[in-house]
Amino acid sequence: MARLITLLESGHPDAQREGAELFPHTGRALVIGITGPPGAGKSTLVDQLIAEYRRRDLSVGVLAVDPSSPFTRGALLGDRVRLRSFVDDDHVFVRSMANRGHMGGMSLATPAAIRVLDAMGMDRVIVETVGVGQSEVEIMNAVDCTVVVEVPGMGDSIQTMKAGVMEIADQFVVNKADRDGASRIAQEIRRLLRERGVGRRDNLVVSTVASTGVGVDELVTAIETFLAAQRASGELERRRVRQLHTELERHVSQKAQHRVMAGLHSKVTEDILNALQHRTRDPESIAAALIDESLNVDANSPVGARRAGR
Amino acid sequence: MDAPIRILLTKPTHDCHDRGVRYLMRVLRDAGFEVVFTNFLVSDDVLSAALQEDVDVIGISSSAGGHMPVFEELMDGLREREMTDVLVIGGGIIADSDAVRLREMGVGEIFGPGGSPADIEAFIRQHVRRQPGVAVR
Ligand SMILES: Nc1nc2c(ncn2[C@@H]2O[C@H](COP(=O)(O)OP(=O)(O)OP(=O)(O)O)[C@@H](O)[C@H]2O)c(=O)[nH]1
Ligand SMILES: [Mg+2]
Repeated sequence: MARLITLLESGHPDAQREGAELFPHTGRALVIGITGPPGAGKSTLVDQLIAEYRRRDLSVGVLAVDPSSPFTRGALLGDRVRLRSFVDDDHVFVRSMANRGHMGGMSLATPAAIRVLDAMGMDRVIVETVGVGQSEVEIMNAVDCTVVVEVPGMGDSIQTMKAGVMEIADQFVVNKADRDGASRIAQEIRRLLRERGVGRRDNLVVSTVASTGVGVDELVTAIETFLAAQRASGELERRRVRQLHTELERHVSQKAQHRVMAGLHSKVTEDILNALQHRTRDPESIAAALIDESLNVDANSPVGARRAGR
Repeated sequence: MDAPIRILLTKPTHDCHDRGVRYLMRVLRDAGFEVVFTNFLVSDDVLSAALQEDVDVIGISSSAGGHMPVFEELMDGLREREMTDVLVIGGGIIADSDAVRLREMGVGEIFGPGGSPADIEAFIRQHVRRQPGVAVR
Protein backbone atom coordinates (compact mmCIF):
# COMPACT_ATOMS: atom_id res chain seq x y z
CA MET A 1 0.00 0.00 0.00
CA ALA A 2 2.90 2.31 0.77
CA ARG A 3 4.25 1.48 -2.66
CA LEU A 4 0.88 2.20 -4.20
CA ILE A 5 0.97 5.77 -2.88
CA THR A 6 4.40 6.16 -4.48
CA LEU A 7 2.97 4.96 -7.77
CA LEU A 8 -0.02 7.30 -7.60
CA GLU A 9 2.27 10.21 -6.75
CA SER A 10 4.58 9.51 -9.65
CA GLY A 11 1.90 9.83 -12.30
CA HIS A 12 3.03 6.47 -13.72
CA PRO A 13 0.76 5.12 -16.49
CA ASP A 14 -0.34 2.26 -14.20
CA ALA A 15 -1.62 4.72 -11.63
CA GLN A 16 -4.98 5.19 -13.33
CA ARG A 17 -5.67 1.45 -13.40
CA GLU A 18 -4.62 1.01 -9.78
CA GLY A 19 -6.79 3.94 -8.75
CA ALA A 20 -9.73 2.43 -10.61
CA GLU A 21 -9.32 -0.91 -8.85
CA LEU A 22 -9.18 0.79 -5.50
CA PHE A 23 -12.18 3.05 -5.93
CA PRO A 24 -15.00 0.56 -5.21
CA HIS A 25 -13.31 -0.26 -1.90
CA THR A 26 -13.35 3.33 -0.68
CA GLY A 27 -15.81 5.66 0.96
CA ARG A 28 -15.85 4.08 4.38
CA ALA A 29 -13.26 6.24 6.13
CA LEU A 30 -14.20 9.64 7.47
CA VAL A 31 -11.69 12.21 6.29
CA ILE A 32 -10.55 15.17 8.38
CA GLY A 33 -8.45 18.04 7.02
CA ILE A 34 -6.24 20.13 9.29
CA THR A 35 -5.22 23.52 7.99
CA GLY A 36 -3.76 26.65 9.51
CA PRO A 37 -0.72 28.93 9.36
CA PRO A 38 2.84 27.56 9.49
CA GLY A 39 3.89 26.67 13.00
CA ALA A 40 0.36 26.75 14.41
CA GLY A 41 0.92 23.30 15.88
CA LYS A 42 -0.86 21.24 13.22
CA SER A 43 1.53 18.28 13.39
CA THR A 44 1.59 18.35 17.19
CA LEU A 45 -2.19 18.34 17.10
CA VAL A 46 -2.26 15.46 14.62
CA ASP A 47 -0.11 13.46 17.01
CA GLN A 48 -2.65 14.10 19.77
CA LEU A 49 -5.57 13.29 17.48
CA ILE A 50 -3.98 9.94 16.60
CA ALA A 51 -3.59 9.15 20.29
CA GLU A 52 -7.17 10.17 21.09
CA TYR A 53 -8.63 8.18 18.21
CA ARG A 54 -6.60 5.17 19.29
CA ARG A 55 -8.06 5.54 22.78
CA ARG A 56 -11.45 5.38 21.10
CA ASP A 57 -10.27 2.23 19.35
CA LEU A 58 -10.39 3.72 15.85
CA SER A 59 -7.60 3.29 13.32
CA VAL A 60 -6.00 6.40 11.82
CA GLY A 61 -4.22 7.12 8.56
CA VAL A 62 -2.34 10.41 8.23
CA LEU A 63 -1.14 12.30 5.18
CA ALA A 64 1.18 15.18 6.03
CA VAL A 65 1.77 17.50 3.09
CA ASP A 66 4.75 19.85 2.87
CA PRO A 67 5.86 22.09 0.00
CA SER A 68 8.33 21.03 -2.66
CA SER A 69 10.95 23.50 -3.77
CA PRO A 70 9.71 24.93 -7.07
CA PHE A 71 13.27 25.00 -8.35
CA THR A 72 14.70 21.62 -7.44
CA ARG A 73 11.52 19.65 -6.68
CA GLY A 74 13.20 18.57 -3.47
CA ALA A 75 11.35 18.80 -0.16
CA LEU A 76 11.88 18.66 3.58
CA LEU A 77 9.15 16.53 5.09
CA GLY A 78 9.43 17.15 8.81
CA ASP A 79 5.98 16.56 10.21
CA ARG A 80 6.96 13.13 11.54
CA VAL A 81 9.29 14.79 14.03
CA ARG A 82 6.23 15.80 16.06
CA LEU A 83 4.87 12.27 16.19
CA ARG A 84 5.49 9.93 19.06
CA SER A 85 6.15 6.33 18.25
CA PHE A 86 3.14 4.34 17.16
CA VAL A 87 5.30 1.49 15.86
CA ASP A 88 3.68 -1.40 17.54
CA ASP A 89 0.38 -0.26 16.24
CA ASP A 90 -0.88 -1.54 12.89
CA HIS A 91 -3.80 0.80 13.22
CA VAL A 92 -1.72 3.90 12.57
CA PHE A 93 -0.22 4.72 9.17
CA VAL A 94 1.57 8.00 8.52
CA ARG A 95 2.77 9.17 5.15
CA SER A 96 4.58 12.42 4.33
CA MET A 97 3.87 13.89 0.92
CA ALA A 98 5.55 16.72 -0.94
CA ASN A 99 3.08 18.88 -2.86
CA ARG A 100 5.28 18.48 -5.97
CA GLY A 101 4.66 21.99 -7.16
CA HIS A 102 0.91 21.89 -6.81
CA MET A 103 -0.34 25.08 -5.21
CA GLY A 104 -3.11 24.84 -2.68
CA GLY A 105 -2.06 22.88 0.33
CA MET A 106 -2.18 19.37 -1.07
CA SER A 107 -0.49 17.51 -3.87
CA LEU A 108 -2.44 16.40 -6.92
CA ALA A 109 -2.20 12.83 -5.65
CA THR A 110 -3.56 13.59 -2.19
CA PRO A 111 -7.18 12.59 -2.97
CA ALA A 112 -5.91 9.31 -4.42
CA ALA A 113 -3.66 8.75 -1.41
CA ILE A 114 -6.61 9.37 0.91
CA ARG A 115 -8.37 6.53 -0.92
CA VAL A 116 -5.43 4.21 -0.40
CA LEU A 117 -5.61 4.74 3.37
CA ASP A 118 -9.39 4.41 3.21
CA ALA A 119 -9.13 1.11 1.34
CA MET A 120 -6.55 -0.09 3.88
CA GLY A 121 -9.39 0.04 6.37
CA MET A 122 -8.45 3.15 8.29
CA ASP A 123 -11.48 4.45 10.20
CA ARG A 124 -10.30 8.04 10.02
CA VAL A 125 -7.91 9.71 7.59
CA ILE A 126 -6.31 12.97 8.69
CA VAL A 127 -4.73 15.30 6.13
CA GLU A 128 -2.34 18.00 7.36
CA THR A 129 -2.04 20.65 4.66
CA VAL A 130 0.72 23.04 3.76
CA GLY A 131 -0.08 26.11 5.81
CA VAL A 132 0.13 28.66 3.02
CA GLY A 133 -1.84 29.92 0.05
CA GLN A 134 -5.43 28.93 -0.52
CA SER A 135 -5.01 25.59 1.20
CA GLU A 136 -8.30 25.78 3.09
CA VAL A 137 -10.39 26.09 -0.02
CA GLU A 138 -8.79 23.12 -1.65
CA ILE A 139 -8.75 20.88 1.39
CA MET A 140 -12.44 21.46 1.81
CA ASN A 141 -12.88 19.76 -1.56
CA ALA A 142 -11.16 16.63 -0.37
CA VAL A 143 -12.35 16.00 3.18
CA ASP A 144 -15.52 15.45 5.20
CA CYS A 145 -14.55 17.89 7.94
CA THR A 146 -12.28 20.91 7.58
CA VAL A 147 -10.53 21.88 10.80
CA VAL A 148 -8.98 25.34 10.85
CA VAL A 149 -6.26 25.93 13.44
CA GLU A 150 -5.65 29.46 14.65
CA VAL A 151 -3.14 30.63 17.25
CA PRO A 152 -2.65 33.74 19.35
CA GLY A 153 0.16 36.08 18.50
CA MET A 154 -0.23 35.98 14.73
CA GLY A 155 -1.34 39.61 14.58
CA ASP A 156 -3.64 41.50 16.82
CA SER A 157 -7.01 40.15 15.91
CA ILE A 158 -8.80 37.61 13.90
CA GLN A 159 -8.98 40.20 11.11
CA THR A 160 -5.74 38.60 9.99
CA MET A 161 -7.56 35.39 9.30
CA LYS A 162 -7.51 34.68 5.62
CA ALA A 163 -10.54 35.60 3.57
CA GLY A 164 -12.92 32.74 3.05
CA VAL A 165 -11.84 30.77 6.08
CA MET A 166 -14.98 31.58 8.05
CA GLU A 167 -17.08 30.14 5.27
CA ILE A 168 -15.31 26.85 4.80
CA ALA A 169 -14.31 25.81 8.31
CA ASP A 170 -16.40 23.02 9.81
CA GLN A 171 -14.46 23.20 13.05
CA PHE A 172 -12.21 25.82 14.60
CA VAL A 173 -9.32 25.14 16.94
CA VAL A 174 -7.53 27.81 18.90
CA ASN A 175 -4.25 26.07 19.65
CA LYS A 176 -1.52 27.25 21.99
CA ALA A 177 -4.25 28.10 24.47
CA ASP A 178 -1.47 28.31 27.07
CA ARG A 179 -0.45 31.59 25.48
CA ASP A 180 -1.75 35.10 26.02
CA GLY A 181 -4.59 36.16 23.79
CA ALA A 182 -5.96 32.69 23.10
CA SER A 183 -9.30 33.22 24.77
CA ARG A 184 -9.74 36.56 23.03
CA ILE A 185 -9.21 34.90 19.66
CA ALA A 186 -11.73 32.20 20.51
CA GLN A 187 -14.27 34.81 21.55
CA GLU A 188 -13.72 36.78 18.41
CA ILE A 189 -14.22 33.75 16.18
CA ARG A 190 -17.46 32.97 18.03
CA ARG A 191 -18.63 36.54 17.60
CA LEU A 192 -17.90 36.51 13.87
CA LEU A 193 -19.71 33.20 13.49
CA ARG A 194 -22.75 34.59 15.31
CA GLU A 195 -22.74 37.65 13.06
CA ARG A 196 -22.94 35.39 10.09
CA GLY A 197 -25.69 33.38 11.58
CA VAL A 198 -23.68 30.17 11.61
CA GLY A 199 -22.13 28.42 14.53
CA ARG A 200 -25.09 27.18 16.47
CA ARG A 201 -23.05 24.19 17.62
CA ASP A 202 -21.53 25.25 20.93
CA ASN A 203 -18.27 23.32 20.46
CA LEU A 204 -17.63 24.78 17.02
CA VAL A 205 -14.63 26.57 18.51
CA VAL A 206 -12.39 24.45 20.75
CA SER A 207 -9.25 25.60 22.54
CA THR A 208 -6.31 23.21 22.77
CA VAL A 209 -2.76 22.96 24.00
CA ALA A 210 -1.46 20.45 21.50
CA SER A 211 1.90 20.15 23.23
CA THR A 212 0.23 18.74 26.36
CA GLY A 213 -3.03 17.36 25.01
CA VAL A 214 -5.39 19.70 26.81
CA GLY A 215 -8.67 20.07 24.92
CA VAL A 216 -7.96 17.26 22.45
CA ASP A 217 -10.67 15.00 23.82
CA GLU A 218 -13.16 17.83 23.41
CA LEU A 219 -11.90 18.51 19.90
CA VAL A 220 -12.36 14.90 18.80
CA THR A 221 -15.84 14.88 20.31
CA ALA A 222 -16.66 18.06 18.40
CA ILE A 223 -15.36 16.62 15.11
CA GLU A 224 -17.26 13.39 15.65
CA THR A 225 -20.45 15.27 16.52
CA PHE A 226 -20.14 17.23 13.31
CA LEU A 227 -19.48 14.13 11.22
CA ALA A 228 -22.39 12.24 12.76
CA ALA A 229 -24.73 15.15 12.07
CA GLN A 230 -23.47 15.42 8.49
CA ARG A 231 -24.12 11.75 7.96
CA ALA A 232 -27.56 11.86 9.54
CA SER A 233 -28.65 14.81 7.42
CA GLY A 234 -27.34 13.28 4.21
CA GLU A 235 -24.98 16.21 3.75
CA LEU A 236 -21.93 13.96 4.07
CA GLU A 237 -22.94 12.05 0.95
CA ARG A 238 -24.05 15.14 -0.95
CA ARG A 239 -20.73 16.83 -0.21
CA ARG A 240 -18.81 13.79 -1.38
CA VAL A 241 -20.72 13.70 -4.65
CA ARG A 242 -19.95 17.39 -5.17
CA GLN A 243 -16.27 16.68 -4.47
CA LEU A 244 -16.18 13.79 -6.90
CA HIS A 245 -17.90 15.92 -9.50
CA THR A 246 -15.19 18.56 -9.09
CA GLU A 247 -12.52 15.89 -9.34
CA LEU A 248 -14.13 14.53 -12.50
CA GLU A 249 -14.06 17.97 -14.09
CA ARG A 250 -10.44 18.39 -13.15
CA HIS A 251 -9.56 15.08 -14.80
CA VAL A 252 -11.53 15.97 -17.93
CA SER A 253 -9.74 19.25 -18.30
CA GLN A 254 -6.34 17.69 -17.63
CA LYS A 255 -6.84 14.81 -20.02
CA ALA A 256 -8.38 17.00 -22.71
CA GLN A 257 -5.48 19.39 -22.44
CA HIS A 258 -3.03 16.54 -22.56
CA ARG A 259 -4.53 15.07 -25.70
CA VAL A 260 -4.82 18.32 -27.57
CA MET A 261 -1.31 19.38 -26.56
CA ALA A 262 0.14 16.06 -27.68
CA GLY A 263 -0.38 16.78 -31.37
CA LEU A 264 0.07 20.50 -31.16
CA HIS A 265 3.81 20.78 -31.41
CA SER A 266 4.05 19.43 -34.93
CA LYS A 267 1.20 21.66 -36.08
CA VAL A 268 2.92 24.90 -35.17
CA THR A 269 4.60 25.35 -38.53
CA GLU A 270 7.06 27.86 -39.84
CA ASP A 271 4.13 29.55 -41.62
CA ILE A 272 2.33 30.05 -38.36
CA LEU A 273 5.39 31.49 -36.68
CA ASN A 274 5.83 33.83 -39.66
CA ALA A 275 2.23 34.93 -39.43
CA LEU A 276 2.77 35.71 -35.76
CA GLN A 277 5.96 37.57 -36.45
CA HIS A 278 4.33 39.74 -39.13
CA ARG A 279 1.26 40.15 -37.00
CA THR A 280 -1.04 38.91 -39.74
CA ARG A 281 -2.67 36.43 -37.32
CA ASP A 282 -2.97 36.59 -33.55
CA PRO A 283 -2.12 33.78 -31.10
CA GLU A 284 -5.65 33.26 -29.82
CA SER A 285 -7.22 32.83 -33.27
CA ILE A 286 -4.47 30.43 -34.28
CA ALA A 287 -5.06 28.45 -31.09
CA ALA A 288 -8.78 28.21 -31.81
CA ALA A 289 -8.10 27.04 -35.36
CA LEU A 290 -5.55 24.46 -34.23
CA ILE A 291 -7.89 23.03 -31.63
CA ASP A 292 -10.77 22.85 -34.14
CA GLU A 293 -8.44 21.12 -36.54
CA SER A 294 -7.19 18.62 -34.01
CA LEU A 295 -10.72 17.76 -32.90
CA ASN A 296 -11.80 17.30 -36.54
CA VAL A 297 -8.86 15.07 -37.24
CA ASP A 298 -9.91 13.05 -34.23
CA ALA A 299 -13.39 12.62 -35.71
CA ASN A 300 -11.81 10.68 -38.60
CA SER A 301 -9.62 8.56 -36.37
CA PRO A 302 -11.11 5.20 -35.30
CA VAL A 303 -11.89 6.42 -31.78
CA GLY A 304 -13.33 9.71 -32.96
CA ALA A 305 -15.39 8.07 -35.71
CA ARG A 306 -16.87 5.59 -33.28
CA ARG A 307 -17.88 8.41 -30.97
CA ALA A 308 -19.27 10.48 -33.84
CA GLY A 309 -21.22 7.48 -35.12
CA ARG A 310 -23.25 7.12 -31.94
CA MET B 1 8.48 12.67 -15.18
CA ASP B 2 11.02 11.13 -12.84
CA ALA B 3 9.87 10.85 -9.25
CA PRO B 4 12.27 12.38 -6.73
CA ILE B 5 14.42 10.04 -4.66
CA ARG B 6 12.93 9.69 -1.17
CA ILE B 7 15.23 9.43 1.82
CA LEU B 8 14.51 8.91 5.50
CA LEU B 9 17.08 10.72 7.64
CA THR B 10 17.13 10.01 11.31
CA LYS B 11 19.22 10.91 14.30
CA PRO B 12 18.92 9.95 17.95
CA THR B 13 16.65 12.14 20.04
CA HIS B 14 19.16 13.02 22.71
CA ASP B 15 21.88 13.78 20.30
CA CYS B 16 22.45 17.50 20.09
CA HIS B 17 25.10 17.35 17.39
CA ASP B 18 22.53 17.71 14.68
CA ARG B 19 23.91 20.70 12.78
CA GLY B 20 25.51 18.34 10.29
CA VAL B 21 22.27 16.47 9.73
CA ARG B 22 20.33 19.67 9.29
CA TYR B 23 22.84 20.90 6.76
CA LEU B 24 22.74 17.59 4.92
CA MET B 25 18.94 17.68 4.85
CA ARG B 26 18.97 21.01 3.09
CA VAL B 27 21.67 19.97 0.67
CA LEU B 28 19.68 16.89 -0.30
CA ARG B 29 16.49 18.92 -0.61
CA ASP B 30 18.32 21.34 -2.89
CA ALA B 31 19.58 18.37 -4.87
CA GLY B 32 15.96 17.43 -5.57
CA PHE B 33 15.44 14.71 -2.94
CA GLU B 34 12.36 14.37 -0.81
CA VAL B 35 13.79 14.20 2.69
CA VAL B 36 11.64 12.73 5.44
CA PHE B 37 13.25 13.32 8.79
CA THR B 38 12.62 11.94 12.25
CA ASN B 39 14.49 11.78 15.48
CA PHE B 40 14.11 8.10 16.26
CA LEU B 41 16.95 5.81 16.88
CA VAL B 42 15.10 2.64 17.61
CA SER B 43 15.30 0.26 14.73
CA ASP B 44 11.59 -0.64 14.86
CA ASP B 45 10.64 3.02 14.55
CA VAL B 46 13.03 3.53 11.67
CA LEU B 47 11.75 0.40 9.94
CA SER B 48 8.09 1.25 10.23
CA ALA B 49 8.70 4.83 9.11
CA ALA B 50 10.73 3.59 6.13
CA LEU B 51 7.97 1.18 5.22
CA GLN B 52 5.13 3.69 5.45
CA GLU B 53 7.10 6.42 3.73
CA ASP B 54 8.28 4.00 1.04
CA VAL B 55 11.74 5.56 0.94
CA ASP B 56 14.58 4.55 -1.35
CA VAL B 57 17.26 5.36 1.18
CA ILE B 58 17.63 5.30 4.97
CA GLY B 59 20.31 7.53 6.47
CA ILE B 60 21.20 7.15 10.12
CA SER B 61 23.28 9.71 11.89
CA SER B 62 24.94 8.83 15.15
CA SER B 63 27.40 10.71 17.22
CA ALA B 64 26.60 9.38 20.66
CA GLY B 65 27.50 5.74 20.19
CA GLY B 66 25.21 2.76 20.65
CA HIS B 67 24.53 2.56 16.95
CA MET B 68 25.80 -0.95 16.26
CA PRO B 69 22.73 -2.83 17.56
CA VAL B 70 20.50 -0.32 15.81
CA PHE B 71 22.11 -0.94 12.44
CA GLU B 72 22.16 -4.67 13.08
CA GLU B 73 18.46 -4.81 13.89
CA LEU B 74 17.66 -2.49 11.02
CA MET B 75 19.46 -4.67 8.47
CA ASP B 76 17.78 -7.78 9.88
CA GLY B 77 14.42 -6.07 9.82
CA LEU B 78 14.84 -4.96 6.22
CA ARG B 79 15.69 -8.53 5.21
CA GLU B 80 12.70 -9.90 7.10
CA ARG B 81 10.37 -7.49 5.35
CA GLU B 82 11.99 -8.10 1.98
CA MET B 83 13.01 -4.46 1.81
CA THR B 84 16.56 -5.26 0.77
CA ASP B 85 16.28 -2.83 -2.12
CA VAL B 86 16.43 0.03 0.38
CA LEU B 87 19.89 1.59 0.52
CA VAL B 88 21.18 2.19 4.05
CA ILE B 89 23.90 4.71 4.83
CA GLY B 90 25.37 5.97 8.08
CA GLY B 91 27.07 9.12 9.20
CA GLY B 92 28.33 11.08 12.15
CA ILE B 93 30.91 9.78 14.59
CA ILE B 94 31.36 6.11 13.86
CA ALA B 95 34.67 4.37 14.53
CA ASP B 96 36.54 2.92 11.55
CA SER B 97 36.33 -0.57 13.00
CA ASP B 98 32.56 -0.19 13.31
CA ALA B 99 32.38 1.14 9.76
CA VAL B 100 34.13 -1.97 8.46
CA ARG B 101 31.67 -4.22 10.23
CA LEU B 102 28.71 -2.14 9.08
CA ARG B 103 29.76 -2.44 5.45
CA GLU B 104 30.04 -6.20 5.91
CA MET B 105 26.48 -6.14 7.21
CA GLY B 106 25.31 -4.56 3.99
CA VAL B 107 25.30 -0.90 4.97
CA GLY B 108 26.11 1.01 1.77
CA GLU B 109 28.59 3.51 3.15
CA ILE B 110 29.60 5.34 6.30
CA PHE B 111 30.35 9.05 6.04
CA GLY B 112 32.47 10.69 8.71
CA PRO B 113 31.90 14.12 10.19
CA GLY B 114 34.12 15.58 7.47
CA GLY B 115 32.20 13.87 4.68
CA SER B 116 30.98 16.31 2.08
CA PRO B 117 27.24 16.41 1.37
CA ALA B 118 28.05 16.48 -2.33
CA ASP B 119 29.79 13.10 -1.97
CA ILE B 120 26.81 11.74 -0.07
CA GLU B 121 24.45 12.93 -2.78
CA ALA B 122 26.61 11.41 -5.50
CA PHE B 123 26.87 8.14 -3.61
CA ILE B 124 23.11 7.91 -3.22
CA ARG B 125 22.44 8.64 -6.87
CA GLN B 126 24.86 5.91 -7.87
CA HIS B 127 23.66 3.31 -5.44
CA VAL B 128 19.91 3.78 -5.19
CA ARG B 129 18.66 0.40 -6.24
CA ARG B 130 14.93 0.37 -6.13
CA GLN B 131 13.65 -1.37 -9.21
CA PRO B 132 12.48 0.94 -11.96
CA GLY B 133 8.86 0.80 -13.09
CA VAL B 134 7.43 0.73 -9.61
CA ALA B 135 8.80 4.00 -8.46
CA VAL B 136 9.67 5.48 -11.81
CA ARG B 137 12.93 7.29 -12.06
N1 LIG C 1 3.14 26.75 23.68
C1 LIG C 1 2.65 25.86 22.83
N2 LIG C 1 3.44 25.42 21.83
C2 LIG C 1 2.92 24.52 20.94
C3 LIG C 1 1.59 24.04 21.06
N3 LIG C 1 1.36 23.19 20.05
C4 LIG C 1 2.49 23.13 19.33
N4 LIG C 1 3.44 23.93 19.86
C5 LIG C 1 4.80 24.14 19.35
O1 LIG C 1 4.74 24.88 18.15
C6 LIG C 1 5.79 24.51 17.27
C7 LIG C 1 5.27 24.17 15.90
O2 LIG C 1 4.49 22.99 15.99
P1 LIG C 1 4.16 22.07 14.73
O3 LIG C 1 3.22 21.03 15.22
O4 LIG C 1 5.37 21.65 14.03
O5 LIG C 1 3.38 23.13 13.84
P2 LIG C 1 2.83 22.92 12.33
O6 LIG C 1 1.61 23.77 12.22
O7 LIG C 1 2.69 21.50 12.04
O8 LIG C 1 4.00 23.54 11.49
P3 LIG C 1 4.24 23.40 9.91
O9 LIG C 1 3.89 21.99 9.51
O10 LIG C 1 5.67 23.72 9.76
O11 LIG C 1 3.33 24.43 9.27
C8 LIG C 1 6.51 23.36 17.97
O12 LIG C 1 7.64 23.85 18.59
C9 LIG C 1 5.50 22.86 18.97
O13 LIG C 1 6.10 22.26 20.08
C10 LIG C 1 0.79 24.54 22.16
O14 LIG C 1 -0.38 24.19 22.33
N5 LIG C 1 1.37 25.43 22.99
MG1 LIG D 1 3.48 20.33 10.44
